[in-house]
Amino acid sequence: MINPIQEQIAKRAAEEVQDGQIINLGIGIPTLVAKYVDNNNVFFHTENGMLGVVGVDEEDVDPNIVNAGKMPVGEAIGSSFFNSAESFGMIRGGHVDVAILGVLQVDEQARIANWAVPGKNIIGVGGAMDLLIGAKKVIVTMSHTSKDGKSKILKNCTFPITSTRSVDTIITELAVFRSVKGQLHLVELMPGVTLEQVQKSTEASFVNALK
Amino acid sequence: MKIYDSVEQALTCVKSGQTIMVGGFGLVGGPLTLIDALVELDVNNLTIISNNLGEKGKGLGKLLEQKKVKKAIGSYFTGNRDVGEAFQRGEIEIDLLPQGTLAESIRAGGAGIGGYYTKTSVGTDLAKGKETKMIDGEEYVFEKALKADVAIIRAHKADKLGNLVYYKTARNFNPLMATAASTVIVEVDELVEPGELNSDEIITPHLFVDRIILAKKILTREGVVEND
Repeated sequence: MINPIQEQIAKRAAEEVQDGQIINLGIGIPTLVAKYVDNNNVFFHTENGMLGVVGVDEEDVDPNIVNAGKMPVGEAIGSSFFNSAESFGMIRGGHVDVAILGVLQVDEQARIANWAVPGKNIIGVGGAMDLLIGAKKVIVTMSHTSKDGKSKILKNCTFPITSTRSVDTIITELAVFRSVKGQLHLVELMPGVTLEQVQKSTEASFVNALK
Repeated sequence: MKIYDSVEQALTCVKSGQTIMVGGFGLVGGPLTLIDALVELDVNNLTIISNNLGEKGKGLGKLLEQKKVKKAIGSYFTGNRDVGEAFQRGEIEIDLLPQGTLAESIRAGGAGIGGYYTKTSVGTDLAKGKETKMIDGEEYVFEKALKADVAIIRAHKADKLGNLVYYKTARNFNPLMATAASTVIVEVDELVEPGELNSDEIITPHLFVDRIILAKKILTREGVVEND
């Protein structure tokens, strides 16, 4: 099922990808990014132990080749498999260039919350915290507001944070922000979006750095 | 010696109160035959170290249903709603670790390392109560190594000495757990003669492996099926 807003965010995130990079994609919108990256010299890493992830056609699905979201994937030429400690060594050791992640909330220092909701059982974290400390660059793809219209870009996260590290870039259906010295800078409006719309939908304060 | 015809015989070393490592990332690379047999054993108070704790009523989820799990150590229990509910009722303890920490702690346990410092989880709820240390101006959290009494894992092929190779993303935690338990039981899709595996491509050398069974359950496109 194609969700045009998610596709738009994924497409914009793909523009951030640079030749030669090693990229880890999270679950949700980030997974969609791969199909907009038209470059054979970009390599996708998945933390369950594979470098060289590509899409797979239905008839070629192998149930033992999956990504971190447990979805079937294919093997690029030159792909490799490795154990979980080596895979997280790649992440924690700073060998992965970019992590593209989904989040629940972002605060005005560009710190994210994406692993737990208060009041619910906190029983899953997966690789979120490892990617935050280890990836050289972190790009967040998210819907700007929750289903009930509340801003997800807040002064302070009300959910537990994933890391004290600020992410680098935040891409929503309304705008693109970059974090500069722990401050959010609005650098781009998505097509047809006005500054007023972004202001209205953003609780966090930000610097207007539109050109 | 190492090769068992009977799954039940292979699991005779499992006792109540033990710590058991279970390989796999969900169903992928999970020792499905051994898990099903483990569930049938009359043991309790187990500590399970595994990335997930199965799905509701499936795999390791059955062990939880039967109230045989005292504690679960892993990174992602969200896929099985029973885990959260059992935790709420105070029936199980949970030690939630970032997935990289889970993997590294098992690696450390198998390599004779008592613990180590990592930046992962610094400043978050998961670092609460843990020792921290500044190293070269950056804050790190201390994580203790993990070891187990028994590990049950899956490999693709074994030779009769116990050398193992894995298949694609079914490798995941399996080679790590093979190093970190007193008794390591592996189920394999195929058993071959020594010399048939390329020595350069063996991932787990036989000194880590204690018991081998042939897998009776395999993951296919149609789901888990009996392998006769």
